[in-house]
Amino acid sequence: MKSIKELEEIRKKTLDTINIRRDRTGTRIVVGMATCGIAAGARPVLLTVMDEVKKNNLSDVAVAQTGCIGMCRLEPLVEVYRPGEDKVTYVKVTSAKALRIVNEHVMQGKIVDEYTIGAEDK
Amino acid sequence: MKELSLHILDLVQNSIAAEATLVELSIEEDFIKDLLTIDIVDNGKGMSKEFLQKVKDPFVTSRTTRRVGLGVPLMLAACKQCDGDLEISSELNVGTRLKAYFKHSHIDRVPLGNMVETMISLILCSTYTDYLYKHYIISKAAETFEFCFDTREVKQVLGDDIALSEPDVLNWIKDYITEGLSNIGGGV
Ligand SMILES: Nc1ncnc2c1ncn2[C@@H]1O[C@H](COP(=O)(O)OP(=O)(O)OP(=O)(O)O)[C@@H](O)[C@H]1O
Ligand SMILES: [Mg+2]
Repeated sequence: MKSIKELEEIRKKTLDTINIRRDRTGTRIVVGMATCGIAAGARPVLLTVMDEVKKNNLSDVAVAQTGCIGMCRLEPLVEVYRPGEDKVTYVKVTSAKALRIVNEHVMQGKIVDEYTIGAEDK
Repeated sequence: MKELSLHILDLVQNSIAAEATLVELSIEEDFIKDLLTIDIVDNGKGMSKEFLQKVKDPFVTSRTTRRVGLGVPLMLAACKQCDGDLEISSELNVGTRLKAYFKHSHIDRVPLGNMVETMISLILCSTYTDYLYKHYIISKAAETFEFCFDTREVKQVLGDDIALSEPDVLNWIKDYITEGLSNIGGGV
């Protein structure tokens, strides 16, 4: 049985490491979570992004949500903000696409062109 | 939507948008009455009487990005399709309550689905909102089983320095809810 006691241990462990990662470079990954996004599959996308960020120890990356951006037919939408770079909007994102976005764009700085909104419009 | 848990995720987004600091979610599966009830109570900014009367209409929304609001009408349709209904009450500056009913065994009722993913998503979506999630099962033999998860309790242990969105904390929450729900046999 999961216990609050374990949570105490997590607290201690996390407090020890928290100071080390104050060096947030400020990359933000934002997932659209309005009705249109959720119906199109935003929940697994959000959780995949979170898991991948955790798995790779990307403690400088923040994962967040936003409402409807007004492009419902292109949902699920994911936006990546890297400091000093233009925002990149990915469309019709799946969990598989989300993995590439984190691994290639967020971690290596290489935009996954074929999933971007620009590629969709062509 | 494919799961009721996705409707829940979506409707609680309305509470978050209404700046609720506490959302109380209760799910009751009553096998005696053959009734599934989803009750969402928030302390957000609420709706005026006039707005509330129109809120089940898809052309009513406070969105600016599109002219229709889909969340409430979709849930209403899901309820109606299963001999159920959706009741909404609200008071400006006090909060809002949504109560959705379904015939539990109705052939068209989509499964409750993954409540663990919904709760984790909600915590990620808004760490300043507290969630109280209660899940009740009333068995055919009239036994009641209950599971309860309260982010305020978790925050109390963690203190101010550690956010609920910390990966290790989220993992603990994931396991805690998974285990709790499977103990009561809920979520079908
Ligand atoms: N819990 C709530 N508290 C306050 N206002 C609410 C609440 N739920 C709904 N509303 C109001 O009702 C409107 C319609 O809600 P609904 O979920 O149907 O659509 P939406 O949120 O506007 O858009 P969508 O859900 O399609 O992304 C909202 O825009 C909001 O003004
Ligand atoms: Mg909504």
